[in-house]
Amino acid sequence: MKTDGRKWLIRLLTGIFVILLFPAGTGGMQETGEGSSGEKLLKPVMRIRVATTTSLYDTGLWGYLEPMFEENYGVELDVLYAGTGIALEYGRRGDVDVITVHSKSRELEFVERGYGVERVPFAYNYFVIAGPGDDPAGIKGKTAEEAFRALATGGNGLFVSRGDDSGTHGKEKAIWKSAGLPEIANSKKNSDTAGWLVEAGRGMGPTLLMADEKKAYTLCDIGTFLSYKGKISLVPLVQKGEILLNVYSAIAVSPEKYPRVKHDMARNLIEFLTSPRIQELIGNYGTGQYGEPLFTPCAGTEHVDQRQPRVKTP
Amino acid sequence: MTELWEGIARAFVLILSLDREVMEITGRSLTISMTSCGVAVLICLPLSSVIHFNRFPGKRYLISLIQTSFSLPTVAIGLFVFVIFSRAGPLGILGLMFTPSIMVIGQAILITPVMLGLTISALSGGDIAISETARALGATKFQTMVITIREVRYAVITAVVMGFGRAISEVGLSLIVGGNIKGYTRTITTAISLETSRGDIELSMALGIILTMIAFLINLVLNRIQQK
Repeated sequence: MKTDGRKWLIRLLTGIFVILLFPAGTGGMQETGEGSSGEKLLKPVMRIRVATTTSLYDTGLWGYLEPMFEENYGVELDVLYAGTGIALEYGRRGDVDVITVHSKSRELEFVERGYGVERVPFAYNYFVIAGPGDDPAGIKGKTAEEAFRALATGGNGLFVSRGDDSGTHGKEKAIWKSAGLPEIANSKKNSDTAGWLVEAGRGMGPTLLMADEKKAYTLCDIGTFLSYKGKISLVPLVQKGEILLNVYSAIAVSPEKYPRVKHDMARNLIEFLTSPRIQELIGNYGTGQYGEPLFTPCAGTEHVDQRQPRVKTP
Repeated sequence: MTELWEGIARAFVLILSLDREVMEITGRSLTISMTSCGVAVLICLPLSSVIHFNRFPGKRYLISLIQTSFSLPTVAIGLFVFVIFSRAGPLGILGLMFTPSIMVIGQAILITPVMLGLTISALSGGDIAISETARALGATKFQTMVITIREVRYAVITAVVMGFGRAISEVGLSLIVGGNIKGYTRTITTAISLETSRGDIELSMALGIILTMIAFLINLVLNRIQQK
């Protein structure tokens, strides 16, 4: 009786383990065969983690640079995509080693409070206000501020805001303020915006797809806009003005605040991003696929290019 | 409509040609969910017996609490796990955020109540005569437990399979604690979420079809078990 019960229990447990491990094992083998995750779980490969704004991810830039960095330094680079707000929060919590974001004032605050080592700008481009081709609000050719005023007061056309505390969302707020409509930037839910302003609460790509679906206007960085060009029918309508400048920087999370961050490798990553070879690759990224580069490299300087953006309106 | 058919057609091409990325993501999903399922089973079998075979004050409430947590939203558990395991959190020293291990932990937390609840109700649905007979014949407490669990084994397996189904199909938790890192923590559901947001429908569909097939297989197994 006693041995019977024990035997049975052992049999049951072995059975469950065999069932659990068999497919898990084959899954693992497939992966080890390709030299990826299954193997990494066992072998201690150094991993470094970067949290990036969605626009650098949705354009595919990180996917393009990642294998080069990994090969150069023999590490695994884990790229987490998140809005600037979340990326900064990951940094503040010490969950990532580097962040690449685009919101100057908040980056400076991040460094000032001791969470980051130094703000290193490495590329820039411009924002565009994209909208439906028939442009019901008539914003084409206006400045960003005029366009936002027309959207707020004209009653024609819908605006999709990121609404996710990202760098782009911050830029929307800056434009509302600059346009003399700070109440729109500040309000959480406002009856004034009811009916014409929608908050997506998602990354740049999904927001763009939503705006396209709704035939609405949205503020988008030119990189993401170009990389989604084939998938959407929106056109760039406003692309003038210094306020639309969009600078991306990399910040290493402070090793003083979080001794466990991989600071040396983080420095390598920032050096890599600002190295002449990679800067050139960033400057050419997208030319083949989209007919024009998505970013202008600017390592070492916060160079503000006063030329008009090179985007052609179709 | 053409988009849908083209998507489905290309999805099948991706699956049948054993596309590297699709296979890798599927393998990872299965590995993670099965491991978490295994962890949950190890917690669940002894714990359910302890709860079922003992009388203690508040037992009813404990069981209700377990049953309530069947429907805990995955994102809420994800947030909880994030706050605990983030470097700034109480268990941050382990450095587990955004790794497959933390996804296993999160999923185990998610499905343990489901398995526990179902196992307890399986045990209470079992024939009381069996455990009484066992005890009358001089079986120890442990032996009685084993015998009773054996009697309701099909219901217990059902509980395990249900737990696995919940683990492999959840997305909120995996996104928050795993971070959907390519080649590391990207699973079927998180990949679908990302690729759809990028407008890459084919890969999403291929993965969606695979997930549906897995769900179908799970149901098939469940039906077989319940017929016994």
